Amino acid sequence: MGWRAMSDHPGAPSHSPASPSDSAGPGKRTSGPCFGGPLADPPLDPCEKLDVEALLKGLERYRPRRRGWTWRRQAPGQRAYEFTYHETSEPVERSVPLPAAHYFEDIDLQPDCVITTEIASGRPEDDIRRMRMAAWHGADHIMVIRTAGQSHMDGLIEGTPEGVGGIAVTRKQCRLSRRALDLIEDEVGRPINFHSYVSGVAGPEIAVMFAEEGVNGAHQDPQYNVLYRNINMYRSFVDAAVAKHIMAAAGILQIDGAHNANATAVKAWKVMPELLVQHAINCAYSEAVGMPADHIALSTVPPDAAPAPCMRMDLPYAVALRDLFGRYKIRAQQNTRYMESDGRDATVSHVMNLVISRLTSADIQSTITPDEGRNVPWHYNNVAAVDTAKQSLVGMDGLREMVKVDCDNPELNGRVREIKERAVLFLEAMLEDGGYFAGVEKAYFVDSGEYPETNDDGIARDSQGGVAAGSIVPRADDYLAPVCHHFGHNHLELLADYGADPADAPCAAVGGCTLCDDTRVPFIDELDPEDNAATRLVQTAEARRKDLITPEVEWSGDGVVVVTMFLPAGEQVAEAAALELGSAMNLTDCEVIHKRVMHPAEGTLIELKGRLAVAIDPATLVIPEPPDVLTDEEIRDFVHERNLRCVAATVGNDEHSVGMREIIDIKHGGLEKWGFAVTYLGTSVPIDKVLDAAIEHAASVVLISTIITHADVHREMMRKLSTLAEEKGVRDKLLFISGGTQVTDEIARESGMDAGFGRKTKGLDVASFIVKTMRARGM
Amino acid sequence: MAREDTFAESRKHLEGLSDQALEQRFWELAQRCVDPLVELARTHTSPSIERSVLMRMGIDSLTCKTVVAECEARGLLGHGVGHVVLVAMREWGVDAPTAAARLASGEGWELAEARWGGAR
Repeated sequence: MGWRAMSDHPGAPSHSPASPSDSAGPGKRTSGPCFGGPLADPPLDPCEKLDVEALLKGLERYRPRRRGWTWRRQAPGQRAYEFTYHETSEPVERSVPLPAAHYFEDIDLQPDCVITTEIASGRPEDDIRRMRMAAWHGADHIMVIRTAGQSHMDGLIEGTPEGVGGIAVTRKQCRLSRRALDLIEDEVGRPINFHSYVSGVAGPEIAVMFAEEGVNGAHQDPQYNVLYRNINMYRSFVDAAVAKHIMAAAGILQIDGAHNANATAVKAWKVMPELLVQHAINCAYSEAVGMPADHIALSTVPPDAAPAPCMRMDLPYAVALRDLFGRYKIRAQQNTRYMESDGRDATVSHVMNLVISRLTSADIQSTITPDEGRNVPWHYNNVAAVDTAKQSLVGMDGLREMVKVDCDNPELNGRVREIKERAVLFLEAMLEDGGYFAGVEKAYFVDSGEYPETNDDGIARDSQGGVAAGSIVPRADDYLAPVCHHFGHNHLELLADYGADPADAPCAAVGGCTLCDDTRVPFIDELDPEDNAATRLVQTAEARRKDLITPEVEWSGDGVVVVTMFLPAGEQVAEAAALELGSAMNLTDCEVIHKRVMHPAEGTLIELKGRLAVAIDPATLVIPEPPDVLTDEEIRDFVHERNLRCVAATVGNDEHSVGMREIIDIKHGGLEKWGFAVTYLGTSVPIDKVLDAAIEHAASVVLISTIITHADVHREMMRKLSTLAEEKGVRDKLLFISGGTQVTDEIARESGMDAGFGRKTKGLDVASFIVKTMRARGM
Repeated sequence: MAREDTFAESRKHLEGLSDQALEQRFWELAQRCVDPLVELARTHTSPSIERSVLMRMGIDSLTCKTVVAECEARGLLGHGVGHVVLVAMREWGVDAPTAAARLASGEGWELAEARWGGAR
């Protein structure tokens, strides 16, 4: 069926998870305080699509069920199928297992670490459908990328305007997403963390909104503002302290922004000492303003990619980082610096990154979609990236017990020490030069030299410049913020002047704050009557109502398809030809999104994107019944108990044997696979010889292969076999099956056979038929 | 300024440190870097911080924006915009969202003016 639900499978892992319908289920596994009674949505049906329109209704009454981050529950020594696992977590209830899982009773092991997927469709109503797909493949950390430009907006955005390269992060968008994720986590049977960004010039406000809306994780790193968004450095750090303090109060896990230095650096392998410095500044700053170490995660990337000997270069860095930052959590990101348009290439790089995660450690394994080098991620590439992580981590389960990082190796050891020393030299010099702000002004950061080497190409920022320069104000002697979880000088003793007892919660003077009393959280709906989810959904409403099917990669009904083609021409000619071919296929907006030379003259591989404005009505489709087949185990047991034998032959004047071989040979997945003893008599075998052989071998099944002829010889052959068996009194003891490219079940049965199988028949179809029929007849 | 890799000479004073001592030095230096930043944050505020205070008082984002912008123009941020709203709440005997909405509509700024000055 392509997906698994635990209760359906006897071979499911032996740990019993909390039932998703149980009120003590996912919602209880959290550290933060619980909110009041949430809006009760009916549970999702795995066979039904998310009702996006319904989820947009009543959001003003929706409240999240919890605050704070949730880790996976570890299950060391877990047994599943015939295997024992050392680095996995509790199983989920429903999922899509890895492609090969059907050989292993559909087990779907979940690695020990949280797995992230990054979603950036720009439309919240489409994001949530993708979240559901990613969750079914093993993502339990859903990160939504923000729209371009949001970090420069001095204040919150409201409603659901469409974003570019990401989403406008708003209260309504967070509510909609968290509401959908509540349902999805119940469907999957594992808590899901929702995540976005507390950066830009509205950090403290976004932190409050995230705390109120049950957002579980967030990026927060003032250095990101300063270096990559050119937001004034004083403003960035002052805001960050308040934002971090609020995040800490809500149990939100923080991820830093150091990986951006890696993605920006001219030579990524030179930036390692600086990465340690950036991590250290954010970690030390976060702890100093009240964030607990176990809620601080480092965003770290193996900096390099092949053709560099990347793993030998990146492993010492990974070790140095984990040595120095052992108190914190590691969020292992995948390399984007050297990503091109080639999905295969990106996937191999990411698997090498995963090897480093497995050989060292990762608390959160992030994933980058294999198409990020060419476009904003598409639905199925989120799933591909999550599958890559799950497959690699489960495949390497327990490997580090046998394959250890050799800490006595002089190159590794020496390099680990060197990276740390270079980072210390960086910090010493920066302090000597006047401290962090002075260091940024003097372009210490993102220089392409490996410190103390410098190339004078770092990012320099003016402490008096940048977005929102001059906007911080000293707190006066009577500065007062009558709310809870406020960082910095706050003259709460003044509350006595307003009739409140300063010993009470700070918010008592104003009758409570939103962090203490959830009912005080306000809600603003749409501000723009045109640019919102409801208006966009009207355009696709008919297609949804009629269940029309249009291909899509990002948005409902976007019509985008990709055609992969090999063209026997050089690169430039192939690209031009591909665009013409796209038009010939009735695709519009054609664009070559990937090309790779196979040989300069012989040919080029092209991936062509285009739009197909076609909607298929499923009511018009003729859908064949899915074959009713048995499990391998069931067939094997039945065959073994009875020691089943078959004779097989190509009959009449027919020299073909390929089709029959497909059905009986073990190497083609034929009957021998389940233990049938098959005697193949050859081609052009007379009918009476077939029957004699069946009697002689004490067979239960006779398989004959025939070609269709105008003279109806095939029917004659079948009838003859049946009549002859009746004459000899053995018809009841034998199953007669005929096959051939044009044979149908109907023709076969009319001609005295028990079944007929035509083109595309697999051994499993025949084996299932044999077992089921013999059972039914008590044979 | 571009500089060749001087690592071999620059590291001489670190050579004798044990790995543990080197790590300790790393964290001491990092702490020295952030100490003045933390102090800056402790003693300063910003429009976003003040809006985050009003949000926690149950005030919607549009009203937060208007009230904080007015306080900024009047030079009142340093006293805390939540403080300004609190003064209005006490004076009018209303809750925070109501007081903020009235301030946003231009009412009551004389209360702040009387206390802190800062007329427009």
